[in-house]
Amino acid sequence: MAKAASTTTESGKVRRVIVVGGGLAGLTTVIKLCEAGVPVDLFSLVPVKRSHSVCAQGGINASVNTKGEGDSPKVHLEETVYGGDFLANQPPVKGMADAAPGIVFMLDRMGVPFNRTSEGLLDFRRFGGTLFHRTAFAGATTGQQLLYALDEQVRRYETVDVEDDKGIIVRGEKMVRKFEFWDFLSIIQDDEGRARGIVAQDLKSMQIESFPGDAVCLATGGPGIVFGRSTNSVINTGTAAGSVYRQGACYANGEAIQVHPTAIPGADKLRLISESARGEGGRVWVPKDPKEKRRGKDVPEKDREYFLEDKYPGYGNLVPRDIASRELFLKCFHENKGVFNSKSGKNELEVYLDLTHIPEPTLRRKLAGILEIYEKFVGEDPYHNPMRVFPAVHYSMGGLWVDFEKSADGGLVKGSPRNQSTNIEGLYAAGECDYQYHGANRLGANSLLSCIYAGLVTGPAMATYRANLAKSSWDLSSSLFDKAEKREQQNYDAILKMDGGENPYVIHKELGDTMLRDVTIERHNGTLEKVLEKIGEYEDRYQKIGVTDTSPRANQGAQFVRHLKNMLVIARVIATGAKNRDESRGAHFKPEFKTRDDANWLRTTMALYKEDGSRSEVNFVRALDYNLCGKPLHVTDEVDISLVTPRARKYEQAGAASAAATNTKADGADGKASGKEAGASA
Amino acid sequence: MAQETSSKTKKSSGRTVRLRVHRQDGPHAPETKRVEEFEIDWHPQMNVISALMEVQRNPVTVEGKTVAPIVWESVCLEEVCGSCTMLVNGKVRQSCTALIDLLSPNGEVVDLAPMSKFPLVRDLQVDRARMFDDLKKVKAWIQLDGTHELGPGPRQSPENQEEAYPLSRCMTCGCCMEACPQVHEGSNFIGPAAISQVRLFNLHPSGKMHAAERLETLMGEGGVADCGKAQNCVEVCPKEIPLVDSIAQVSRQATKQMLFGWLLK
Repeated sequence: MAKAASTTTESGKVRRVIVVGGGLAGLTTVIKLCEAGVPVDLFSLVPVKRSHSVCAQGGINASVNTKGEGDSPKVHLEETVYGGDFLANQPPVKGMADAAPGIVFMLDRMGVPFNRTSEGLLDFRRFGGTLFHRTAFAGATTGQQLLYALDEQVRRYETVDVEDDKGIIVRGEKMVRKFEFWDFLSIIQDDEGRARGIVAQDLKSMQIESFPGDAVCLATGGPGIVFGRSTNSVINTGTAAGSVYRQGACYANGEAIQVHPTAIPGADKLRLISESARGEGGRVWVPKDPKEKRRGKDVPEKDREYFLEDKYPGYGNLVPRDIASRELFLKCFHENKGVFNSKSGKNELEVYLDLTHIPEPTLRRKLAGILEIYEKFVGEDPYHNPMRVFPAVHYSMGGLWVDFEKSADGGLVKGSPRNQSTNIEGLYAAGECDYQYHGANRLGANSLLSCIYAGLVTGPAMATYRANLAKSSWDLSSSLFDKAEKREQQNYDAILKMDGGENPYVIHKELGDTMLRDVTIERHNGTLEKVLEKIGEYEDRYQKIGVTDTSPRANQGAQFVRHLKNMLVIARVIATGAKNRDESRGAHFKPEFKTRDDANWLRTTMALYKEDGSRSEVNFVRALDYNLCGKPLHVTDEVDISLVTPRARKYEQAGAASAAATNTKADGADGKASGKEAGASA
Repeated sequence: MAQETSSKTKKSSGRTVRLRVHRQDGPHAPETKRVEEFEIDWHPQMNVISALMEVQRNPVTVEGKTVAPIVWESVCLEEVCGSCTMLVNGKVRQSCTALIDLLSPNGEVVDLAPMSKFPLVRDLQVDRARMFDDLKKVKAWIQLDGTHELGPGPRQSPENQEEAYPLSRCMTCGCCMEACPQVHEGSNFIGPAAISQVRLFNLHPSGKMHAAERLETLMGEGGVADCGKAQNCVEVCPKEIPLVDSIAQVSRQATKQMLFGWLLK
């Protein structure tokens, strides 16, 4: 019998692994697998070039230190965990910060048109939570440019032949097979619970099919659409993560949802105006007089309140996003000092983001991408008028729980099959759908980095896992796959038969409105109770949906019903996690519990799925046991803080976030946080 | 949070928006070809996508008939993914940036139809797979040695970056293909998008090393010489990519390659 790890079966079939999702994390995973000689089936809801990574604007962090500021990966590590309010396990963050310069160089070699200095080097700009110029960028469409570069490399692998173990070309087989416009339905598990493949649906023909894979990676992004309108793309329903969570995968820190301070309000979407606007010198302000009637550009300097600069002189407009969003919310919602609209006669939930003091050619060179969005959607010229913005749900720090194996130097063991492994053997997760790198608050320009780094780690981890597999998925009985396919076909047929009076899009809108209002910047336990009750009601109403479209072709309505189910499940994880965590940490803020409580809550929220009739339930655990490559593993919710000792965050003070790595004397930098201010996150 | 206030105050204006949608259940179901009209409440900042979303929540035509929700393609809604291309009032464009207030200031009907140069999937969705296949044909990539650490890439002048970056913003949306008179069922013309990508990669210091290979893919039938110079492409490109310049440049490169390429071998 052919060895489990050999490229082809005895009958000459190519053994593949599966990657679901073609954003930065998925594509990087695919490239690493191909380089390791492992053929891949890549599934994506949309052509991978249209993945949500295109929306990332500002840039990617790497401590290349070309500006002579003394930046280093050590500082990057410290600022990342400090910004995340110490909820992130530190070894993966160290691995990421150390790898970052190499990642940016790799992208540069792939042809990403990064902005350049006059000497022809990569240019770097500032971003939130740091005083260093650490962010490489390609105009203000960096995510798009990075995605395209990786997409091009994967496209190249679509033309590369598979070779068998002897180096002979396998006819007609390419290293990458793409399945675009396919919806992931579930993983296929063997009797021991291992992931053995997936079931997916072709979104044109609506055909449901099973695919064997010796390992599976989900790189399916975040669940922003659970909040109705956000800065996320419409495809970011979190359905894939929700589906495997229902199959037993652990979901971690679900409550850690990032609200970005600066977006343009809209009816269908809240469009992001990148933090890079502030990185390039943009200033946030409101008129001092709440009844100010002059247009933004006509309000003189003395009549403006630069509230972020005033309150946080150390980091100014570049305080981390959780803090900036809370301050904007405070200004507009509680103090009612948002920009006055003479038409409506009230203070809108908007503040000014002002770039007008920066020369237009500089703006065009560095920020054209976002200013174009503002121009097109608002119809105003942001080069000469301050923009009007408000916070919007942006990113999920939480996601599928994934493991890591720590190396002697405190980073990650290269190629360990534990890295990025979920608690379901053979199932990996990478990118926004994992929870690994950002703790309770992500720093700007760390997401592109974490996605690519996670991919660079996941590819080799999957290759090692596959090499150690005792029996390949291709040597299992076909009944395992047939059964899974049949189960999903039944689920889909049941959706088509739903004939109640509820409209799924209406339920979704209500869910989004509830989540947006009550589970974002400020969270109150009383309100969260009601949210959970409402989610239960939505779940009941879900059962009464009527599907008006029973077409056998491109049936988006039926597909949406399936996604809605998983959105409801994830919403419950987010809201329950928020209710339980009685403290304030990073993006999770409870006015009733204003401080960070390390004694009780410096731990990962680990959620497992439970079903209670038609409603879902969350089972929180403090530890997990799972098997990997024949070894039993025990993991707990304890956060690995072996590299940077937790201390209170103090963005009022310049250099506070990097004090330990740069040996600056700042309060609490010695690791002994002054008790009274501990966790004063806003 | 706060955005929901706008949706709470939405009604009252009484203003509505009328959509006329050209629908068909599939490419092989011409008998299902039909036009349906929908009337929905107007919102501030409404665009074609948010109007279509409104129809999803209440898929009833003006005649009062409940129909299947409309099928269309969209992802980012901020004109950077290239998904939502369609014919809006007969003009090819991204529908996310198609603002209702500009299209229909006085309540005019907004007409939505799928692109005509690609195979229909259903309703407003078409299949643009050929555009991605064309990127394979012209080898639109850098021939990377590997992702292992090899230090920084080649130094490049800011001017080079400023020429490359706009070309690299092509989102494969298909507007240029739809507008090009040379792209049609009876022709193999590869179209402006892929040609412009050849210019992009031939511009890059390491991409240049494989310029000849890329040019050869554009020298035969359906290649760059098939451009009819109508210049429609540059008119409709939502990212204002200088497609006509790209075609001219690649055309010159190809001519040079044809005349002198054999000398270089």
